[in-house]
Amino acid sequence: MTTVRRMGGRGGIAPPWMFAVPALLVYALVMLYPSIVGAGSAFTDWSGVGEERSFVGLENFQQLLHDDQALGALRNTLLLTVAIVVVQNGLGLLLALGVHTTIKSRMVLRVIFFAPVVVSPVMVSFLWKYVYNPAPDAGLNAALGAVGLGALRQDWLGNPSLAIWSVAFTVIWQCAGYSMVIFLAGLEGVPPELHESAMVDGAGTVARFRHITWPLLAPAVTINVMLSTVGGLTLFTQIIAMTNGGPGYATDTLSTVLYKQAFVFGKFGYSTAVALVLAIFVAAVSFVQIGYLRKRETAA
Amino acid sequence: MRTPYRPRTFVLELVMVAVAVAFLFPVYALVTLAFKDPGQIANAPLSPPNPPSVDSFGTAWQSASLGSALLNSTLITVTSVVALIVLGSLAAYFLARRASRLSYSLYILFLVGIILPFQLGMIPLYQLVNDLGLLGTYQGMILFYTGIQLPFTVFLYTGFIRSLPADYTNAALIDGASHLQAFRHVIFPLLRPITGTVLILNAVHIWNDFFTPLLYLGGSGRETVPVRIFAFVNEYTSDYGLVAAGLVLAALPILIIFLLLQRYVIRGFSSGLKG
Repeated sequence: MTTVRRMGGRGGIAPPWMFAVPALLVYALVMLYPSIVGAGSAFTDWSGVGEERSFVGLENFQQLLHDDQALGALRNTLLLTVAIVVVQNGLGLLLALGVHTTIKSRMVLRVIFFAPVVVSPVMVSFLWKYVYNPAPDAGLNAALGAVGLGALRQDWLGNPSLAIWSVAFTVIWQCAGYSMVIFLAGLEGVPPELHESAMVDGAGTVARFRHITWPLLAPAVTINVMLSTVGGLTLFTQIIAMTNGGPGYATDTLSTVLYKQAFVFGKFGYSTAVALVLAIFVAAVSFVQIGYLRKRETAA
Repeated sequence: MRTPYRPRTFVLELVMVAVAVAFLFPVYALVTLAFKDPGQIANAPLSPPNPPSVDSFGTAWQSASLGSALLNSTLITVTSVVALIVLGSLAAYFLARRASRLSYSLYILFLVGIILPFQLGMIPLYQLVNDLGLLGTYQGMILFYTGIQLPFTVFLYTGFIRSLPADYTNAALIDGASHLQAFRHVIFPLLRPITGTVLILNAVHIWNDFFTPLLYLGGSGRETVPVRIFAFVNEYTSDYGLVAAGLVLAALPILIIFLLLQRYVIRGFSSGLKG
């Protein structure tokens, strides 16, 4: 018997289907099947106990529109996302520009700024929870006192209008180094000859950044914005570890609300409706990202 | 851009070092806290420990059961990453090399998994894991991570394999090797750069993940480091020195690995996302 092998796309001999089957099975079991069931449950009154559930149409979504905690969480999620995207990437870019120079400490600084990225967000959150200690003689308040800025002492996590920004800053502190290394990779792709010839033509630092560096950083900007947007939209761990959504609902996000609805209040149907709203936000953002990445892939 | 070291560069150097010092302030506060006894914490919150005391570390190690947590984390991370590398590279090799409408659809199906936030399937999956009797087990966590990280892993491998010429495997297959042999001995070694990226990104994510292990492993005795630390900190909230020592100990293993492999880790994080 002769084996007929099909020819693959680039002149290769195509591997058998069996290669993809194990991955597909695990993926279907862990992601596809639960996501489909989850999307369906958003239209039911499932309590999570047993299989009993009945179809309630859009009731969960109507409830969501009248749920102050969920609406506040939606608002907080969007505020946090915008703050994180803008400040984290702004700082990341400045750090990248700073260490992409001839300064002697550049390699050490890269390692320092990147280090928090590899630490668990739970531990970073607890570290900052101490920094934000409301006592006047601990953490950040003590440091402010020591440098004569005692008037600026705050109850960083206990003040409802300040807490969300304190949480945002924790995320930014942890992730700015991530943005930095992606910008650095972009900066390393900028040909030095472009800068040299622009300098010969008398272009200053700012002009060269605007007309040479910035346009060539476009891919890094896109990746950073997409990553931090999805990270901001799905923010959970830092909230649970630092404020648990409080004070009141001041720092609840979509992820903490859907978690509490499911595992504290047992409203699984409603919880999956919140999850579906979150999924639509994330999918819209990621869709742009995937489209962009695929375009680059074909261009390469 | 590489310009010579000028006075301006020196000013920049000073500014950047000052930024780094401010950036490290929380770490300084935490580490000094861990080395102080309660009296020093109350009287001199920010000064260096004098004399340094290491008592908190032993107590924290015991109270948070960090030894067994490290073993749990290591077992779950290593097994999940190996499964991801094996399943992901095999599937990607198929997806990259078979040009049919069906295999393309399958590739798109995997990409959908990058978009889907896991919160959507979180509760049904929790039920499924419960029904399979896998709550509180290593196997449940390993299955979860393998499934949840596969789309990204397949995406990275597929992009990389598409950039490789097909000639190598063809030669091996013509020499009579089976597909699996050709993959193992010819293709897989060629994938080393992307396997490094896949390994680093997945290992860091799995090691640090908190939410799912909290749900699946809470109270099982098989908790990973972040889950143990969460319970530990919530139990000893007001004992700052002890909490600080626990956090320092829990963060140390991954920080040491990062410092040893910094170039690879940073390269993995900055390149992986671009495929």
